[in-house]
Amino acid sequence: MNETYVDILVIGAGPAGLAAAQAARESGIENLLVLERENEPGGILRQCIHNGFGLHRFREELTGPEYAQRDIDAVRAMGIPVECGCTVLSVSPERVVTCVSRTKGFRVFRAGAVILAMGCRERPRGALCTPGTRCAGIYSAGTAQRFVNLEGYMPGRRVVILGSGDIGLIMARRMTLQGAKVLACVEIMPYSSGLNRNIVQCLEDYGIPLLLSHTVTDIRGRDRLEGITVSKVDENRNPVPGTEIDYECDTLLLSCGLIPENELSAGAGVRMSPATSGPMVSESFETSVDGIFACGNVLHVHDLVDHVSAESLKAGHAAAEYIRGNRPGGETIPVCDGEGVRGTVPQSIRKGAAGPVDLMFRPSGVFRNASAVVENDGREILRKKAMIFTPGEMSVVTLKEENIRSLTSGKLTVRIERS
Amino acid sequence: MKREITCINCPVGCRMTVELSDDGTFLSVTGNTCPRGAKYAQQECTVPTRTLTAVIQVPGSPVPLSVKTASPVPKERIFEVMQAISTAEVSLPVRAGQVILKDVLGTGSDIIATRSLDT
Repeated sequence: MNETYVDILVIGAGPAGLAAAQAARESGIENLLVLERENEPGGILRQCIHNGFGLHRFREELTGPEYAQRDIDAVRAMGIPVECGCTVLSVSPERVVTCVSRTKGFRVFRAGAVILAMGCRERPRGALCTPGTRCAGIYSAGTAQRFVNLEGYMPGRRVVILGSGDIGLIMARRMTLQGAKVLACVEIMPYSSGLNRNIVQCLEDYGIPLLLSHTVTDIRGRDRLEGITVSKVDENRNPVPGTEIDYECDTLLLSCGLIPENELSAGAGVRMSPATSGPMVSESFETSVDGIFACGNVLHVHDLVDHVSAESLKAGHAAAEYIRGNRPGGETIPVCDGEGVRGTVPQSIRKGAAGPVDLMFRPSGVFRNASAVVENDGREILRKKAMIFTPGEMSVVTLKEENIRSLTSGKLTVRIERS
Repeated sequence: MKREITCINCPVGCRMTVELSDDGTFLSVTGNTCPRGAKYAQQECTVPTRTLTAVIQVPGSPVPLSVKTASPVPKERIFEVMQAISTAEVSLPVRAGQVILKDVLGTGSDIIATRSLDT
């Protein structure tokens, strides 16, 4: 089989892949290719027709398709090839990439560097241990969003939403505007993982109740969903008998979390983080496999696409530097989650790295008037106060170059300290 | 008259209490922790507006056209505006930014395409 060589191969033409490709080209990489499984570039933004994107990056409020179009236009203007309708089948540790498309059949690429930018997927019903029958009418919120916004179908008329992630909240409003009755949004945790703005503008605006510390305890229906039961849960998330509420509904939407889509990464032998479900990366977004980089939601799930773009630009530059043989040296310092912190990215920093380096993490609960503290070998090197840390919003502390220079052997820990 | 609202500016999500006169004039706000909260409370209790987005089926296109209000419209007119959008007739091709409905229902806001659709 003939192999085609490319300097950098980007897998996925969503916001992460498109930003990484732009950065790689800006850094002087000519031989660059982006492969995309769908028939159009843009990724999940294509179906996110609501507004609120781009406030950080473009200082204006855009809809998903408008945000995507800016990257698509930029990539086109730079002459970067984006091949759609092409599914990557495998990535080897030697960066041999196989793919298949309707028009060009099976092909093999050998890449100087690979940037993984495949995004994430919704947690499916099977992973939620929901009770009841296996009837039609139960969809993940993103699937419903695709039906309504890209394919022009309404999935149902009387709707309950399980989980209060942002996609669920957005779909509560979307279904209401399209004439459906959304009866309730049910969240097992005592807080919502969605943005305040979405709780106000997607639920409160339309009088949709948000039931915190509640979950679905029965699903009824033979062919089509007919009704569900919702119960209150105690502090251990066990249903409390006697608190059941029945809803007659034909649709249940699941918005219960996103999981990075890493089948290709696992096949390449990339070491994974159990906390993020994404690859473990260095400060330059390089995985444990030489020359394979990762960015965007395949690395860890973001709240805002603006942050995906910012991260992916860095990954694209880093991959270009790698191609040129420039790689930070020095000792590798592991980065660990301390108390109140989950899924810190990157998982390691090389002492020779140029600063600044963002340490991104999710608080494991809601902490008011607390501080994020970074420690190296038990010695505090950075502290950031905030009025609130919440799991619904990724937190960032930034290490300056002098912080990195001053690192001693031993691990770096990020923790949250209550005041 | 008192009204409770949640601030949407940041993750803190302050619960604010707004004092309004009987004719709905904004008097005062408490519970906010920054000036942005006070500004939002006043706006939200006097002239609440929303940017509305929707899709329109276009004959000959497998993908619907996504659209938005070019500027926010009064919150109480959301369903009327949705109704107006659903009756709009669009033909291919469409360019992003193209005006689909001029000054929808006299709100002063145009409905514009947020993506392009080719023939």
